[in-house]
Amino acid sequence: MGANGEPPGPPGIDRPPGIVPVPFEVRSRTGETADTVTLDLAPRERRGPLSFRPGQFNMLYVYGVGEAAISISGDPAAPDRYLHTVRAAGKVSLALSEAAPGGVVGVRGPYGTGWPVRESAGRDVVLVAGGLGLPPLRPALYEILRERSKYGRVELIYGAKTPKDLVYYAEIQGWRQRSDLRFQTTVDTAGRDWYGDVGLVTARLPDVRIEPANTVAFLCGPEIMMKLTAKALVARGVPADAIWLSMERNMKCAVGLCGHCQFGPSFVCRHGPVFRYREIAPFLAVREV
Amino acid sequence: MSDEAPEELRLADHRFFRDMDPEFLARLTEKAYARTFEAGALIVREGDPADEFLALFSGKVALEIIVPDRPRTTVQTLGPGEVLGWSWLFSPHRWRIDARAVKPTRALGLAAGPLRQLLDDRPADGYRFLHRLLPVIAQRLENTRLQLLDLHGR
Repeated sequence: MGANGEPPGPPGIDRPPGIVPVPFEVRSRTGETADTVTLDLAPRERRGPLSFRPGQFNMLYVYGVGEAAISISGDPAAPDRYLHTVRAAGKVSLALSEAAPGGVVGVRGPYGTGWPVRESAGRDVVLVAGGLGLPPLRPALYEILRERSKYGRVELIYGAKTPKDLVYYAEIQGWRQRSDLRFQTTVDTAGRDWYGDVGLVTARLPDVRIEPANTVAFLCGPEIMMKLTAKALVARGVPADAIWLSMERNMKCAVGLCGHCQFGPSFVCRHGPVFRYREIAPFLAVREV
Repeated sequence: MSDEAPEELRLADHRFFRDMDPEFLARLTEKAYARTFEAGALIVREGDPADEFLALFSGKVALEIIVPDRPRTTVQTLGPGEVLGWSWLFSPHRWRIDARAVKPTRALGLAAGPLRQLLDDRPADGYRFLHRLLPVIAQRLENTRLQLLDLHGR
């Protein structure tokens, strides 16, 4: 929240009154998979640099259609490429995914907590992404790789439905080549033309080379995947305090007022979306939450 | 395929057998033999006699389902530290799935008949052996359930 109690506006933009979206232009639209695109957005009236923390999200508004919470998926050090990766899953996300360069989208944010990237210096880092959980983790990976020497071993496990559903395909080929990043990809099913792993991300955890007591883990993906992964990491010896999950709930206001995204005693939009596993584990076990 | 056990492969070094009772492990080790598979080799075929238990040390194995009029589908891959096969344990002792080497793969094998006999003869060790095998089966069942949910497709 701002100093006067108002919600934060896009950094570098005059703070909008209340929760009014600011018009941004679609600078480019990159197809990732058959139903997923990455939009590069630029403010129509630039008044300063944009900024965000890894793990934060914006509310993107398609005028006349509606609003959706979308994580910022670009590099925090290059915020002028204000990237948002969107899968066409509902009315708003479909409209977003069809937004053409030159089109206008309303933006308010960034909102929420972020991944504790800098706080994790000196430790091994495990990032586990399922499906469209990679985009919210990518900014954290960029920050870690930029100051790679400050961290111990870095492992990334990325699971998707099929090989065709892997986002950032060209970029992950580069990640595979790095000697300072161990990258494992797994899919739910595949044909004979896939030489990678098939199975859940949890099946890849025994291969992770870490010092558990000195490891921090960032998880983002389907909730049950995060729950099973967190349990497996704890069983491996990673402290529950050092495991962070990005939760997803139906966000509407994004400023902790409407209650749509309530998760136990927290609002995901305001107290999250990134939570410490130890704090939310009791609520992950409650079916009604 | 090779029948000569390279010295560097030892059951005791495999995750599944780690910290097993030394005397029982020694009995198993006596029966173990090396297996190597070229990339693309069919290791087991659905319906064939399930005649061995394989502990994988390197490479990658795809578990495949063959459905008529559909492409061959990989539902899981197994790698170093994992084990292949439990159909050898239960009647009718026939494989329920295909397994194919995706990469050159090295394993230690235990012939099903002698292994079953050893587990029968030493029920306490056999019980502990099952305690190691059942979590593997449970894990794969859980994987299958989650794959059915199509979590990433939503």
